[in-house]
Amino acid sequence: MEEKEPMFSAKILKLFTNPINKDNPVTVLILGICSALAVTVKLEPALVMAVSVTLVTGFSSCIMSCMRHTIPNRIRLIVQLVVVATLVIVVDQILQAYAYEVSKQLSVYVGLIIVNCIIMGRIEAFALGNKPWPSLIDGLGNGAGYGLILVVVAFFRELFGSGTLFGFQIIPESWYISNGGFYENNGLVILPPMALIIVGLIIWIQRSFNKQLIGK
Amino acid sequence: MENIISIFVKSIFVDNMIFAFFLGMCSYIAVSKTVKTALGLGIAVVFVMGVTLPINYLINKYLLTPGCLTWLSADLAEVDLSFLSFIIFVAVIAGITQIVEMVIEKFLPALYSSLGIFLPLIAVNCAILGGSLFMQERGYANVGEAISFALGSGIGWCLAIVGIAAIREKLKYSNVPAPLRGAGITFIITGLMGIAFMSFMGVKL
Repeated sequence: MEEKEPMFSAKILKLFTNPINKDNPVTVLILGICSALAVTVKLEPALVMAVSVTLVTGFSSCIMSCMRHTIPNRIRLIVQLVVVATLVIVVDQILQAYAYEVSKQLSVYVGLIIVNCIIMGRIEAFALGNKPWPSLIDGLGNGAGYGLILVVVAFFRELFGSGTLFGFQIIPESWYISNGGFYENNGLVILPPMALIIVGLIIWIQRSFNKQLIGK
Repeated sequence: MENIISIFVKSIFVDNMIFAFFLGMCSYIAVSKTVKTALGLGIAVVFVMGVTLPINYLINKYLLTPGCLTWLSADLAEVDLSFLSFIIFVAVIAGITQIVEMVIEKFLPALYSSLGIFLPLIAVNCAILGGSLFMQERGYANVGEAISFALGSGIGWCLAIVGIAAIREKLKYSNVPAPLRGAGITFIITGLMGIAFMSFMGVKL
């Protein structure tokens, strides 16, 4: 008979913090990159996407964990898809109602949360074998790890590509060549391929600090 | 007819699923170690895309868009089911992949043994669902255009994964810095390939 764990034991907290660095779903496990890169031109949609994915991952893990004893093994993929798709429809409708502009910018990528490999991966690897509460934390942690990379990439792309953060001008106007200065926005950073290169560089930096990740 | 050809060429080169929209990246990175398996997965994607997208197109056109149910009865003109599109597209894709898998296993055993393991993977490949969602967003005029878009994006995806697999096979012999090996360098090469593909952007069709 196992002991009852406190709600925020060290083990539970580890479930949340591990995916943010050591087991990061994007840079270490290479999951869920599809949507990670396309929404990172500006910080605002990236942040909205990060929050949406975190919530969907957390709650889908939690729901699947609650149902894990009642679902026959053969049809579990379909059940997972239905649960995730339902949550994503809710997120999509909320975004359309309260943040229409951002929802337009995210376009199809909201729908693509359904096939985000992180969600499926966490359900298969963790939620089907654990209790609802740790599953929720594990889902939220993985979502947060994904969101972190998204926000970092978006930070650099918006800063160097448009000279703004969240739409506010960060690089002083007087620096620009049009105003007699020396600076010009780097148009290349806005283009899709640069997102890939930035993620590549993040992986490089992370693995240089974390030697145990090298060599796979 | 011209329209169909231009959509086809455009979706292979200009709007490439990988380089312009990053769709299907997970399997793109995971299954691109050798050209042979990459080609297998690529063909499976073209196949499933070519089957599911026209079906989703018809479902979207006759069941989901606002006011499209009038062919059933005039009272239904106000019904808007478009919020159901995610769940229906996913169900169609998962169902079709299953059927395609069974049909191939039954009638084309040779093809099955080479594609077999990839087919279930495809149900959760973002490129397939992404294709259906783009089709919905862009509003293609008829089934012909939808099919040419489907085949074009499938072939574009296949081209990209075979290309990266060929580069990675050669990459084994080069001296990459240790932290960058594997995923890191693959991302950077994909970025460079994307920049190369951008030269097609100016092409007028």
